[in-house]
Amino acid sequence: MNVKLPGTVPEALDLLASEGTAIPIAGGTDLLVHWPVRAEAHDRTYVDLSRLDLLKPLRWTTDELLLGGLTTYRDVIRDDRARQEFPLLVDAARQVGAIQIQARGTWAGNIVNASPAADGVPVLMAYDAVVVLESRRGREEVPLDRFYSGYKEMKRRPDQLVVGIRLPRRRYSYQVFEKVGARRAQAIAKVGLAITRSGAGWRVVAASVAPTIRRCPAVERLLETGTPIASPEALRPAIAQDVAPIDDIRSSAQYRTHVMARVLYHDLRDFWGKRA
Amino acid sequence: MLRPYGKRMPAISISFTLNGSPVTVEIDPAARLLDTLRYQLALTGTKEGCGEGECGACTVYLDGLPVNSCLVPTYQVRGLRVETVESLDPGALEPFERCGATQCGACTPGVVMTAWWIREHPDLLRTHTIRELMAGNLCRCTGYDGIVDSVAESLRESGAGRRET
Repeated sequence: MNVKLPGTVPEALDLLASEGTAIPIAGGTDLLVHWPVRAEAHDRTYVDLSRLDLLKPLRWTTDELLLGGLTTYRDVIRDDRARQEFPLLVDAARQVGAIQIQARGTWAGNIVNASPAADGVPVLMAYDAVVVLESRRGREEVPLDRFYSGYKEMKRRPDQLVVGIRLPRRRYSYQVFEKVGARRAQAIAKVGLAITRSGAGWRVVAASVAPTIRRCPAVERLLETGTPIASPEALRPAIAQDVAPIDDIRSSAQYRTHVMARVLYHDLRDFWGKRA
Repeated sequence: MLRPYGKRMPAISISFTLNGSPVTVEIDPAARLLDTLRYQLALTGTKEGCGEGECGACTVYLDGLPVNSCLVPTYQVRGLRVETVESLDPGALEPFERCGATQCGACTPGVVMTAWWIREHPDLLRTHTIRELMAGNLCRCTGYDGIVDSVAESLRESGAGRRET
């Protein structure tokens, strides 16, 4: 293993450009799992981001929340305004591992780790987050809902660094994050759902039911019709178009689909109930 | 070093503050803070449980925040403050002994580190329960009621506001 210790963002970008396959490392909460036993990982070069202080803070502007490339879950949990305007970020952050992980894990790291079971990505996607990538060749912005192209495949070139995540500030008439896991803390989702409704429409984002975190366009179209859903079963055709769950150590495809339909139905029933 | 890190690379030298004193060590670039503490600096209070950030037995403070030292590459602590269980007042353990919150002891150093951090930051209890704050420390012997009681008792002793579980 080789490690590079840049002190500034331009130095880090130079290293990513020259090393080709170097892996940026921030909080290490994903990369260090199984670290000692995964021999192939040790022929890699890592670029340590931990001294790039400019990427740490989150910032508010008139119309945006901008998370830095190194903003941690804890940074968001502690931000009073985030709690008010983007409560799902706080809900999800508090369910990522426990405080030891929340103090180190970053939102950008959650995006590029690209786990289909991520907790941070669904809520970011439900808020229409945009990933800000930077490289020696310039800056590029990719909407998070178009960032993934397959399992662990994404629109980030090896020379690009996620330097920020932009979230538009909007008024939400409905927002909820649901995580179904084996226990409340320290669990990886069997099914995750982030649902928002704003002037921009419905966003229904599902986790652990496809090779990537993804929006559910068929379910969103169904909700846009404004017709209350009669039962969990009534959601099944739309869900079947949107997701492709598998059996794995944490759950089965059948259970995941069943639970997703029920959780979605009960959330939406609450929404329509409140409006009636 | 007991772990199979694969091909050894040239050591790098890093300096940080350990339990209040400056320290400089030559490390393998792949070294985890947990291993540097235990096998190079002979601070064996910090335990390895799962080695993947679930159990919290290896909890230390990094610049004042509880972290899993099994998930921290040692080079990332250069210039920072690291505190281990050896830095705590021995009295930190007493509520755990009184409340029956210790048994085999593997989790105890990490549990006590998190508990002491809560005691030092009682404002967290305005938004979090003790149970949520302790969720990153697994114990397979005692059940958790004794641990939660111990943290509450420790908070009472410190004069911090109380809020149960």
